[in-house]
Parts: sequence; C-alpha cells; structure tokens
Amino acid sequence: MRNETVLGGGAAGGYEEPSQCSEHVAIADRDGVVGTIMLAPAVIYVIALVAVPFFLAIALSLSDATVGNPSAHQFVGFDNFTSVIYEAAFTFALRNSIIITAATLVLLTVLTILQVELLACDFPGKRTAQILLILPWAMPVALAAIGWLWLLDSEFSPIDWLLRAVGLLGPGTVLGPANNLYYLGREWLGIGAVVVINVWRTLPLSTIIVLAGRTAIPNEVYEQAELDGAGYFRTLFQITLPALAILLIVAILFTVLVIFGDMTVVALTTRGGPGYATEILPYWAYLKGIQGGALSQGAAIALFLFPVLLAASVLALRMAYRREG
Amino acid sequence: MNVRTMQISRTVGFYVALVLFCLFAVFPALWMVITAFKQNSDLYDPMNNPFLFNLPPTLTHIESLFTQTNYPIFLWNSFIIGVIVVAITLVLAVPAAYSLARLMGHWGEHSSIAIFLVYLIPPTLLFIPLYEIVTVLGAANTVWSLILVYPTITVPFCTWLLLSFFRSVPREVEEAALTDGWSRVGVFFRVALPLALPGITTCIVFAFALSLSDYIYAAVFVSRTASRTVSAGVPTELIRGDIYYWQALMAATAIVGIPLAVVYGLLFNWLVKGFQVELPRSPRA
Amino acid sequence: MAILEVRGVAKHFGGFSALNGIDLATREGEFLTIVGPSGCGKTTLMRVIAGLEKPTAGAVLLNGKVVTPLPPRARNIAMVFQSYALYPHMSVADNIAFPLKARRVPKAERERRIRWAAGVLGIGALLHRRPARLSGGEKQKVALARAIVRKPSLFIFDEPLSSLDAQVRAMARAELRQLHDRTGVTTVYVTHDQIEAVGLGDRVAVMQAGALRQIGSPQELYYEPANTFVAGFIGTPPMNLLKHAGATVGFRPEHAMPRAAVPQFKDVATFQVCITRVEFLGSEWLAYGTVDGEFGNAKVLCKLREEAIGKVKVGEVQEFVVPRAQLRFFDKETGRRTVPAPV
Repeated sequence: MRNETVLGGGAAGGYEEPSQCSEHVAIADRDGVVGTIMLAPAVIYVIALVAVPFFLAIALSLSDATVGNPSAHQFVGFDNFTSVIYEAAFTFALRNSIIITAATLVLLTVLTILQVELLACDFPGKRTAQILLILPWAMPVALAAIGWLWLLDSEFSPIDWLLRAVGLLGPGTVLGPANNLYYLGREWLGIGAVVVINVWRTLPLSTIIVLAGRTAIPNEVYEQAELDGAGYFRTLFQITLPALAILLIVAILFTVLVIFGDMTVVALTTRGGPGYATEILPYWAYLKGIQGGALSQGAAIALFLFPVLLAASVLALRMAYRREG
Repeated sequence: MNVRTMQISRTVGFYVALVLFCLFAVFPALWMVITAFKQNSDLYDPMNNPFLFNLPPTLTHIESLFTQTNYPIFLWNSFIIGVIVVAITLVLAVPAAYSLARLMGHWGEHSSIAIFLVYLIPPTLLFIPLYEIVTVLGAANTVWSLILVYPTITVPFCTWLLLSFFRSVPREVEEAALTDGWSRVGVFFRVALPLALPGITTCIVFAFALSLSDYIYAAVFVSRTASRTVSAGVPTELIRGDIYYWQALMAATAIVGIPLAVVYGLLFNWLVKGFQVELPRSPRA
Repeated sequence: MAILEVRGVAKHFGGFSALNGIDLATREGEFLTIVGPSGCGKTTLMRVIAGLEKPTAGAVLLNGKVVTPLPPRARNIAMVFQSYALYPHMSVADNIAFPLKARRVPKAERERRIRWAAGVLGIGALLHRRPARLSGGEKQKVALARAIVRKPSLFIFDEPLSSLDAQVRAMARAELRQLHDRTGVTTVYVTHDQIEAVGLGDRVAVMQAGALRQIGSPQELYYEPANTFVAGFIGTPPMNLLKHAGATVGFRPEHAMPRAAVPQFKDVATFQVCITRVEFLGSEWLAYGTVDGEFGNAKVLCKLREEAIGKVKVGEVQEFVVPRAQLRFFDKETGRRTVPAPV
C-alpha cells in the first residue's frame, strides 16, 4: 500500500530488501544467541541428571543389575516387570498407592478451598498466620515424619490424652476400650495416619497455588454479589469455585506428583505396615531395590509410577496453559 | 437474624476457622518444642498432662543432642552442602530464568508451569539409577554425591521462582537501557539483575532449604555417619535399636524445622507471586 | 539528507499485520507528529525505528545508512517512553548518566553534561532523588534530560504526555516544543490526540490500521485531507461527511451557515437542514442537525458565530449554505479525495 498524499513529502517506493550492512552485529546484542548461552548450562545439567537417569531407569529395569553388582547389565527383557506384577505385593502396593493418594486429594481439596477463603481476607496477624500455615511444607519431610511418629505414639500420644480427657477414649467409651489408639498399628488407622500427614504437608503448597488465582478475582465481583443478595455459600459455589477451578485442578495434579511418588512418610512412620496396609509403590521399590539389593527390580517398580506421573503432568500443563490463554 | 448478629457470627466463625487451621498446621511443631524440654519422668508418665510442665523444663536433652550425638556433624554437613548447592544453583538458574523471561519468546515466558513440573519429578523415580551413577563416579557415601544431585531439585524450583521475578521487571525499563546504549548482556547485569535482587535472595533461601529437606537421596547415597545430613541422620542415628530418645529427637527436628518455617512464612507472598499469571499486555498502538 | 528514512516497513505478528508498508522521510530538524487511533501501529513503527523490533520487510535508514539489522545501541536515537521507564534502582543523576556510561564518556565530561541537561529542564534540585519519590511531571523531565544528554540524531517521543494531568499537559506541551527548538534535533512525536498532533507538529503523519494515510503540514491536513479518514480524524469537531449520489461530500462545520445569515454569498451549495439542538461554546455555538433530501437523514454539525445563531430556527427545516470552494469530494468506495461533482 502506498502513501496517499495530496501534498507533502514521503518517498514513494515499494518494498525494499534490507541492504547489505557492513557492520557486524555483536554477539552480546543477539538476543537469540545470548538467550541460548544463558539457558544452556541449566538445561544441560537437568538433562544430564534427570533425563539420563530416567532412561537409565528404563535400561536398569530391563537388566539384571543388583546392588552388589551394579554395572552388570545383562539384558533380560521384560522379566523384571513380569516377575514384579505376579508378586502379591504388587497388587497391594498399587492399591495402597491409589487409595492413599485419592483420599489425600479429596481431603486436601476441601481444606484448600477453606484455607484459601481465610487467607484471601486481610486480618491482624496475617503474617504470623502465614508463618504457621506454611510450616508443614517448610519442615523437611523426614523431620516432620519423625515428629508425627512421636505425635501418634502408641503409648504417649497427646492426642490420645486429649481424647481421654474429654471422655472419648478409654474403657466404656466411644473409641475404647483401650486407653490408646494404635494409629500405626491398625490397618485403617495406619492408612488414615499417612493420609493425614500427607494432607498436612501438602496443604500449604496447594493453598499458595490456589491463592494465586483467588487474589486475581477483583473485589468488585464480590461487592456486586453482595448487592445482588447472594449469601456466603452461594457466592462460594457460583463465583469463587468456578473462577478457581483450573488452578485447583493444577494444585491437585501437583499434589498427585508429590504424594504418589513419595516414600519418606511411609518409610519413617508405618514402614509399610501394619502388615502391608501402607506399603505403597515407591516404598516397595525402595525395599526391593536398595534394601533387598535387586536394583533392576526396584527400577521396574518405580517405573510403574511413571504413567500416572506423566498423565498428571500433561493434564496440569494443559490446564495451566488454558488459563494463560 | 439482623445484620449485626450476622456480622458478628461471620467474624467469630472466621476466627474460629483460622485458629483451627493454624492449630492443625502447627500442632506437631508445638508438641516437638514441648517434648524437647521435658524431663524423662514427666514425659513418660501417661497420666500427666502432656501440655504442662509437671516437672520443671530442662535443657539436658538438648545438651546431650549437641554433645553426645552426631547431630552437630549432621548440621555441619547439611550446611556445607547447602552453601555449595546454593552457589551452583545461582550460577545455573539466574541466567536460565532471565533467558526464559526475556529472550526465548512467548513460550519461554510462559514456561513456568513446565519448569515447576520438572521440580516435581519425584526422587523415587530416579534414585536408583542416580545411585548407580553416583557409585560409578566414586562419590557414593560422600557429601559430593548430594552436592551433585541436589541442583536437580533446586535449579528447576529456583528457575521457576526467578522467572516470575524477571518477568515483573518492566519491559520498558530494559528497552530504555537498550536505547540508552547497552547491549543485551549489559542490560542483564545493570538493570535486570539489580531489580530482581529480592528474587535472588529468595532463591538463596529456598535452595538452601530444599537441600535440607531431601530424605531419599540423602538416605540412599550416604550411609556413613560422618557424611550424613540432618534429614537422613536424625531418623536413623538418634534411635538406638528400639529406644527412641524422643526429647533429643524432637529438639533435633525443631531446631531445623521451625526457623525454616519462619523464613518460608516471611517469603509467603513471593511464593504466591510465582504462581500468578502475568496479565495479558495491552495490544500495541 | 533526511535524518530518518523508513522504506516499505512492514511488521507482522503471527497472523496480525501491525504495519503494512510504511514509507516516511523526515526533514532536517523538523518536529514530526505521528497520530492515529489505538492500534494503528504508530508505537510499533517507533519500536522498529528504534531497533526494539525487527521489521518483517523494509528498511530503516538513519543519516543515509541502513540500520535495520543493527541493535538499538548502534543507532544514535534517544527514546522517551510513555511510562518514562526511569531506572527505579538509580538516583536521578545516575539515570541521566546511564547513556553516557554506556558510551564510556569520562567522568568529568559526564558530570558537566548532567548538570547541563538538568539545567535545561530545571531539575537540578532533584539529582539525588529516586524515581519513586518524583511526581509525574518531574519523572517526565528526568526522562527528557536522559534523552538530551547525549546529543542524539533523532528523538522519539512515544505518547509522553498521556500520563499527565490535563492542566500539566498543556504546559508540558509548550515546554517540549521549546526544548526541540532549542536543541534543533529532529523529533518524531507519537500521540493519539489529534489536537496535540496538529498543535505541535511542523508536519503531521496520520496512521490508520498499519498504513500511513497522509503526511503534511497541519494546514494541509486540515484543508486538503487526502481521504475520508483524515477528514474525519483531524479537526474538532470533525468534517461533516455526507453521501451523495456517486460521491461523498465533505465540509467543515464552520463553513456551513443558514442562508438567512449570509444572503450575499454566491457560488454556494445548498442543503435543507433541520437543526435539532444548539450548544453554547462561548465564542461560538454548535448546532446539531439532520440533512434532508438526497443526503438521506445524515447528521451534520455546524459551528456558528453569534451573528448567525439568531437566524437559526430550531426544529424547522431551513436552508443552509456552504461555499463551493469549501466543499471536498471523496470517492464513495475508497474514500480518496476526488474531483468536485455536482451537488
């Protein structure tokens, strides 16, 4: 398109190719090159120590390596996988992983929504509350697990003491007749304990994720709802939750990644017990692979985690990018 | 119910819920601290109110933690590992985050969720092959095995965090520096970096804390007491057979856990910011 | 030789075409304003000229040299951004010094120039402050000082007054123009406000949807618009544009008068106008009306002086006239200026 001029200047020309320029553009000015150089070390590092081990895990699972002989790589095909699947422990491990993860997610969703509603408001002492509420995530997992181990001790648990003090525990009571609840010694209590610990330590992160979206909802929307006469729960379900849906899903998917693949809590509290009640997949992989010495089998078990983790990651990515438009 | 009553019950309900959530979060830590100071005969009496000091609080357990166990060694190892891992993380993550924020186009800028996912890859997936790699490199049973592997956790997390900080540096300020005569590299060092300093400080804190939190790698790669970290050492070394020295154990966990919580808590808002999506820029006029 | 020349510059963002082949050349030392509605591409054009964007096609020349592949720092351009883009972590003095440091100007010379620039803009007292503690007007002056301190070949101002309050804006406008006259540097000034563009520029370039619609002196644009867009964009209130038979007819509001007020005028075109409402503007009156007959029910605006308003009957159809010399004709489809047609 040409200029339209009645009077006045302006070169009337067509398109012109940028002519050869004798000046050399320095590297420091080339955004693409600079960007690649700046990104490369981190990418190389992550590829070397994440991607490579991942493929190594696959290779290991197809071999017969053991702790005693880690570099013996005899290709055994899918033997490890088949032998692992046929073990009774496999079905238990898979089932336990699914149950514990699912229960954690349900409880976590409800508590996250409530906690986000609280933190969306301004109140005196908010800073202190933030410190308190983030503690479960901040505390190293292993140390927190030890803490819970003591909290749920079969003799000296303060929770039991409280229950006894209000008359809910002890001979002739609802939760009795024993004086203690053997949290880690009874099947469903043990599972429940692991679920509670999981929820306890992932609640801060999922709150933060959803809070990031909650604070983006403009106040005017709530003021309008109030003018329209909407009560608290109606506002929650018809305004807040739909707006937060995507981030809530992202938080849940992240939690799947954290919980499904984690073995620290089980390793330090129930140790897979009582019986096999809380022996989840990653813990079983640890028992077989490191403690039992069968590296290749451990790797094979751990790989069963992968499809779930991949599905969760892909879904999380798609949700997140849908949000970013 | 008139308006005033509704308002009061709303406020009361709010604070009750808040207190309940705070209690839930902090109860284990509270119990840790109380336990650490309790005398044996007070603690191990099931009839005693566990929340009161029926016998006066004592420092003996904390003393023995530091003088009679390997706890100080664990702390030292964790500290050294933390410092070196922080250094490695900064060198890798800071330029990577800037590159993604400004130099890698639309996808780079919006890669934050993908990066966070790399952080979430569980160690249980990789610990067995990594154990192999670490053994082959001769680093097994030394702190170097952890120094080598921890950046796989800290670098993605810190890159993710810094990405949001670099994105929040106003583009026009960087462009002004470009027209003022600096190269892209110059703009990085003289404008982006100084303005992202709070992010870098946050990164240092988190990189240190993340290297403290790992258990799996620490437990699997290092079995020698002298090289153990706090996370791996406390659960294993402070238990003699079946006897748990609970007061010392709880002191050990609280000494590390509570300061971390305070630091994380002070940085709470930065973390929320890391998940906030940048509002779409207005179309160019 | 033109300081700035833009040849056939086009810029596409994916499927969206921000610039569609712009040709432009500045005149030595001129103050050129570029004006257009939001989204017309004027800021994109500035960014291409400054080197912050690479054009999809075309070339940018500065002082006769092709600079298209070069980074911003290789072009001797100073740019003042809409948000001023001051460096928040530096004092005012350091902000102004920044471009000098980039060119490795020795310290003594740097100090001298900073003082000079601060003096020209009257911000000597602010040198030690941080941008966060400056008012909008002060920030603008710092941005200007930073721009003039290195004697560039070209200034680019990207809507520099839009963040200011209305009262401050008028003063700032005058000061900006004075600054240009004092330094003599060719200036390109981008704005969406056509009053500002017309008031400030030696020449005005009107852009729309990525294209340059007309470039010329303010008078040329006002009296001889090249197309209906420019006719309707420049001037407040805008030119009346009426569709008639095969063409579009235009005339400025101040050229339409009731026949009764100017019985002596010859060589006029007549329109049957029904005035629906009059507004008092102080020096003039604004009359809103509709035109009957072959023009459909088109709306018109007339600007009438005190003497004429007495002859206006509100609500009745009256004869209005426009001197034929003041009529402008445009092609019905393309909107381009054409030869006069019978009316």
